[in-house]
Amino acid sequence: MIQVSDLHVCFGRGTPLEVYALRGVDLTIPQGQFVTVIGSNGAGKSTLLNAIAGEIQPESGKIVIGHQDVTQAPTHKRAKNVARVFQDPKRGTCETLTLEENLALALARGKRRGLRPAIKSVDNKRFKELVARLGLGLEDRLGDQIGLLSGGQRQAMSLLMATLQPIEILLLDEHTAALDPKTAAFVLELTAEIVEREKLTVLMVTHSMQQALDYGDRTLMLHEGKIIFDIEGEQRQSTTIPDLLKLFETKSGQGLADDSLLLG
Amino acid sequence: MSQIAFLGAIEVGLVFALVAFGVFLSFRILDFPDLTVDGSFPLGGAVCATLITFGWNPWLATLAAITAGAMAGGVTAWLNVRLKILHLLASILTMMALYSINLRIMGKPNVALLGEPTVLSVFDTLGVKYYYAAPIGFAVVVIAVAGFLLFFLKSELGLAMRAAGANPHMAKAQGINTGFMIMVGMALSNGLVALAGALFAQSTGNADITMGVGVILVGLASVIGGEALLTPRTILLALLGCILGSILYRLAVATALNTDFLGLQAQDLNLITAALVAMAIVLPTAKRAVFKPAGRP
Ligand SMILES: Nc1ncnc2c1ncn2[C@@H]1O[C@H](COP(=O)(O)OP(=O)(O)OP(=O)(O)O)[C@@H](O)[C@H]1O
Ligand SMILES: [Mg+2]
Repeated sequence: MIQVSDLHVCFGRGTPLEVYALRGVDLTIPQGQFVTVIGSNGAGKSTLLNAIAGEIQPESGKIVIGHQDVTQAPTHKRAKNVARVFQDPKRGTCETLTLEENLALALARGKRRGLRPAIKSVDNKRFKELVARLGLGLEDRLGDQIGLLSGGQRQAMSLLMATLQPIEILLLDEHTAALDPKTAAFVLELTAEIVEREKLTVLMVTHSMQQALDYGDRTLMLHEGKIIFDIEGEQRQSTTIPDLLKLFETKSGQGLADDSLLLG
Repeated sequence: MSQIAFLGAIEVGLVFALVAFGVFLSFRILDFPDLTVDGSFPLGGAVCATLITFGWNPWLATLAAITAGAMAGGVTAWLNVRLKILHLLASILTMMALYSINLRIMGKPNVALLGEPTVLSVFDTLGVKYYYAAPIGFAVVVIAVAGFLLFFLKSELGLAMRAAGANPHMAKAQGINTGFMIMVGMALSNGLVALAGALFAQSTGNADITMGVGVILVGLASVIGGEALLTPRTILLALLGCILGSILYRLAVATALNTDFLGLQAQDLNLITAALVAMAIVLPTAKRAVFKPAGRP
């Protein structure tokens, strides 16, 4: 379970470049819920995910993951419970290391790293099986540097790495945005499949309203650092994209200028 | 080149292979351009030589030198990680400070080890000729260190260190404390460089405040030269490249100095070094241009 209460994030406080990115976000995500997040550019979506992951220190507010208050904890201490897939496939995997070494890094997440060999022979068989499930034929390329893979293949590997271990929450920040439409659809399907199978708790940012409604159990919209609506269940089921637009206009008091939200 | 000159080049090449390992760790594994090396090399020499003249066992003195070097590397890392000083600047600060510290340790600019026991003394008792002793002894050390590094860089901790250097974002997301990895890596790197300084002082019979000048360049030349010779697709190849690069560099210098028609003398060493470093940097590009597969742009 994730609990975010009254979260405020401000960049460059007191400078001419001051940006008030989150203005009091309250959000509770129960175990096993798949939440999609939409909002125009600069709404604070990435900032919210970064704050949960520990990349950004909030000015005030509280973040509880599991039953632990992690507001002050650095990223690497939260990594045991928080897994991420970034928008840029290059960020989630280490290109100079092999597929196998990347998986070994993910497998050791949240455990003590010592002087034992990073890759044990027992792992190799397990990695082969896991990678084979992606259906990309990568199981024969475990010794290749991951930088040799395509963006889509790398993103699939990032997903696999993120979900290799039990986690409290999976954070996805437009993780299909850098891919071509066909690959994006594949990665999204893969995501849904893994989430379903592992019963994961997910917070997924997307730029597509269609995706936001098609995937997951609950949808919320961020606007100027606040959650302006939050729908789930029957209400969500009967919601269409025009409904979302209307909802946005009434809640924010302005028209939606960002066409990109309509696409997809 | 005489046999003695050849063995001398191998001996120095082996000592500097340790420096190359250190530079490989900082520049390549951690992506941390570290100039501390120019201070930690003489630090190793100073600590070791001074302790030996105090009557310490040379092995213990060498161990103390490694510890001192590791601490110097740790300080540079700390300046960068904790105080957020730019890595290059942090290393220059430590290097500067070490100049004074080295003078303090030695109490004078130069400590001679005439007639003192060194780690190479074991070869005397075995009856090995003095000009074979150092190359053999140092080869053993270099192989042992390479073996350790190979084991370490393939361990869980070593893999975490490689990730921390190559992609800190990803490393943190995988629960790796990147700051800690930089500390450990820099300590290891400069510990090795100080070991090289300690061995160098013991084989040449003195430690000198100026012995560190340009060591970073030589180390870098060895690493880059090695990469040009062996494309380092694996850790093993990269480590072999360091050794090969360092020895070939020394042989190249010795040849240049021994070739009469060039008319080069010992004072031209820095000129030769600069020329060789420039060559080593250009070589990989040149190699790519020469070996470009036909029909490809
Ligand atoms: N590290 C930072 N320093 C300064 N300002 C920042 C930083 N990160 C984000 N911001 C600002 O905070 C605001 C919210 O940014 P954020 O990245 O969270 O938006 P977003 O909703 O993810 O937008 P997008 O859809 O474009 O990804 C923006 O105005 C952005 O410029
Ligand atoms: Mg964003």
